[in-house]
Amino acid sequence: MIESNLPALQVILPLIAAPLCVLLRRSSLTWLVAWSASWATAAVSIAILLKVLGSGTISYAFGGWAPPWGIEYRIDPLNAFVLVLVSVVAALIVPYARRSLQAEIRSRQHYLFWTAYQICLTGLLGVTITGDAFNVFVFLEISSLATYILIAYGQDRRALVASYQYLIMGTIGATFIVIGVGLLYLMTGTLNLDDMARRIANMPLYRPELAAMAFLTVGISLKLALFPLHLWLPNAYAYAPSVSTAFLSATATKVAVYLLMRFSYTVFGRSGIFESLPFEEMLIALSLAAMFLASTVAIFQDDVKRMFAYSSIAQIGYMTLGIGLANASGLTGAIVHMFNHAVAKGAIFLLLGCVALRIGQPLMSQLTGLAKRMPLTAAGLVVGGLSLIGIPGTVGFVSKWYLVMAAVEKGWWWLAALVVISSLLAVLYVWRLIEVVYFREPSEKLNEATEAPISMLIPAWLFVFACIYFGLDTSTTVGTAAIAAETLLESLP
Amino acid sequence: MRGFRVLRVIAKLLIPFILIFGLYVQFHGDYGPGGGFQAGVIVAAAVIFHALIYGLPHTQRVLPEWVVETMLAVGVLLYTGVGVVSMMMGGNFLDYSVLLHNAVDGQHRGIFLVELGVGITVAGVMLMIFYMFAGRARSKYSEK
Repeated sequence: MIESNLPALQVILPLIAAPLCVLLRRSSLTWLVAWSASWATAAVSIAILLKVLGSGTISYAFGGWAPPWGIEYRIDPLNAFVLVLVSVVAALIVPYARRSLQAEIRSRQHYLFWTAYQICLTGLLGVTITGDAFNVFVFLEISSLATYILIAYGQDRRALVASYQYLIMGTIGATFIVIGVGLLYLMTGTLNLDDMARRIANMPLYRPELAAMAFLTVGISLKLALFPLHLWLPNAYAYAPSVSTAFLSATATKVAVYLLMRFSYTVFGRSGIFESLPFEEMLIALSLAAMFLASTVAIFQDDVKRMFAYSSIAQIGYMTLGIGLANASGLTGAIVHMFNHAVAKGAIFLLLGCVALRIGQPLMSQLTGLAKRMPLTAAGLVVGGLSLIGIPGTVGFVSKWYLVMAAVEKGWWWLAALVVISSLLAVLYVWRLIEVVYFREPSEKLNEATEAPISMLIPAWLFVFACIYFGLDTSTTVGTAAIAAETLLESLP
Repeated sequence: MRGFRVLRVIAKLLIPFILIFGLYVQFHGDYGPGGGFQAGVIVAAAVIFHALIYGLPHTQRVLPEWVVETMLAVGVLLYTGVGVVSMMMGGNFLDYSVLLHNAVDGQHRGIFLVELGVGITVAGVMLMIFYMFAGRARSKYSEK
């Protein structure tokens, strides 16, 4: 029973946990519920990934209604990989969150936070697992609405404005997506993504399809904060509670990147749209703009969390760059960078949460001499930072290597050079942090600070270790990503 | 609305009928127009009507906030619960056909319970939103 229903369990475990949290109310009980649900979800996702890698695509008919009429959950190596990424990150953050929430959120609101967390997880997993275009929209809205709540819980009053800003932008994005889905439904008469792809391939390219592609791309780009549509992200990440920032930066944008891959390759791959539109060129140009401009802005940020939020925009640029390159190495790089960036940013934001526990949200000047007071936290930040730059031996290097390879394979040496140069910008802002943290005397604010509690350090350092481990042993991540990239490329003519 | 006797009497007369109409829309949803969402809104409208006429404190004595919050959760649990039961009985998630001895009855039973869950949650959400906004204005004025 359990094995055949794994795809459903993936989404409904957190969905059941959410109302349970509302009923239980007590902070510690809801934490336990969230803990068990998240870890069970992670176990399910790993089981699904192994099954997909072993025996190929899984199709699950919801309610027993056969696809393409009913809602289908369709899992190939690509979304199985993203499912593991999202659910394992969510599970690792829960044990960390207990202390952090006590410090940052009033205890009578904890159960609502956990409810929103589980609903957000439900939505993100749902978007990833489903093979139905309208279902994608519904789950995207579920996760987005929960995200607004998670951000609004920030201590800083600006969190409310940031959340509201994101709500407006996110709603515009969701509207664009549903318009795109509607146009596709109009043209193909189906909502099943697989069926849709087949029908689009067999018909001439009509204008509504172009419009649908445009709406979907803009809508999804708003969600993943692609360069000119990124304005909601820095404030949302900077003022959200530490736990929310770590969770969202590691998962939410990755799911949107996945969605962009799904639509631009699986659905539109054979439509002939890319022959008539410079989609890839546009994506590469915007990615480059994100990599350079966002990194440059990051250098001048004083709020450390905000600095890394801008760095996230730049890192998302690398993922979309891989999508735009549209060859095996590029896609492998993009997919593996989803994982690598999640690990590195997860580590950084969790460790900044440790700092926030002691001295509140840090400005750059308040972090002076952090290494003397909180050596483990400081060391972890450095590893995460190096990974953002892409130093060999960390995960960041692996994905950038594949991106450079992809550019070289296409004969675009200038692009390979630009990828390397943009990494130098990351060196600047990461070095700023290292210099402050290691080579100065502790600031007044830090004088009293001690190392963060072990319950927070262990999950954070698990992310740090993952930064190094998956930088050295790339067989699991790159192996899976390469298979996933292959399945995506199969849908191209 | 203390002084408006007509309104208070009419409200007292109407609210039971609104509630019954809500239940009708809920349970007749299988056969005619209606269903959990509409029914939930109608039931919530009855309670909001009560609050408008008699004042929020009275309504919250009839239907305290914790009950409303429980409704939110119970509805979702009922919905997912039906899905879990259908998985346990050998079907896919939310496959109602396996719930009873034959598929038609199973489908009836399944959608009945699921719609009930939707109704409870929708009524809960509508009321929660109303309580939030109405309660907010009150505390703000009482501070002054």
